[in-house]
Amino acid sequence: MITTTHWVLLGALVAGAVWTVLTARLLRSAVGLAITSAILAILMFQLASPLAAVFELSVCAGLISAIFVSTISMTHRVTAEDLAIRLKERLHWFWLLPLILLAAGAALISVHFVLDIRPPAPPAENDVRIVLWKIRHLDLLGQIAILLAGAFGVVALFKEWKDE
Amino acid sequence: MSSELAQFFWVFSIAIALVMIAGFYCLLLTYNLIRALIGLELLTKGMTLFIILAGYVTGHTGLAQAMAITLIVIEVVLMVVAVGVVLGIFRHNRSIDARLIRNIKG
Repeated sequence: MITTTHWVLLGALVAGAVWTVLTARLLRSAVGLAITSAILAILMFQLASPLAAVFELSVCAGLISAIFVSTISMTHRVTAEDLAIRLKERLHWFWLLPLILLAAGAALISVHFVLDIRPPAPPAENDVRIVLWKIRHLDLLGQIAILLAGAFGVVALFKEWKDE
Repeated sequence: MSSELAQFFWVFSIAIALVMIAGFYCLLLTYNLIRALIGLELLTKGMTLFIILAGYVTGHTGLAQAMAITLIVIEVVLMVVAVGVVLGIFRHNRSIDARLIRNIKG
């Protein structure tokens, strides 16, 4: 059931996440996050969820990365001295992460976990369009409300800047 | 659940747990507000993959995709607003270091 492709993708996903956390430069961190998102999208395709994968690739790997890169460019420029201080600070704490991940991975592998799951859904429920538009249409209302709240939030934030 | 499916689920779950630990560690230890948001993003990535995995294993891929899409929409709105707040903090303090933010009112 689990193939070499899955192993490679899962390894790349974890490696991408670790690199995102460990790298000292924020821009590299944002690029690492985009790579992790892209690998996640491939995994979603592998798990028979193409629509969610397209969303993940376009919105998370694309839009959110662009937002992060823009924000980083708008906030500050890192000098060589700042980077040296930051590297020194990070060495204190972040070298622990690989050890924690190895320990957690070993502990989880040794656990034998039993799950009792429901039988597969009828074919109609596996069509995401039917689920979104017929069964869980209230989710769409929630999404629209959240999008409007986000838009109003951004407008309010930038209005405050303009007033100043 | 067949043993092959259980193994499949467990291997994916371990990888998801490791990604989430990395995100939580980042969130816990950093003082940089943008890096904290990146840690939060990693936590969300792990949860998105877990929803998709649960849908795949149980055969409810449609429902799982609908929930993952909802999660992605919430995630992007949260990030946009949070980045706006971070930029506002930077304008007031000329820094995005959480240790240097001492003038929050209220």
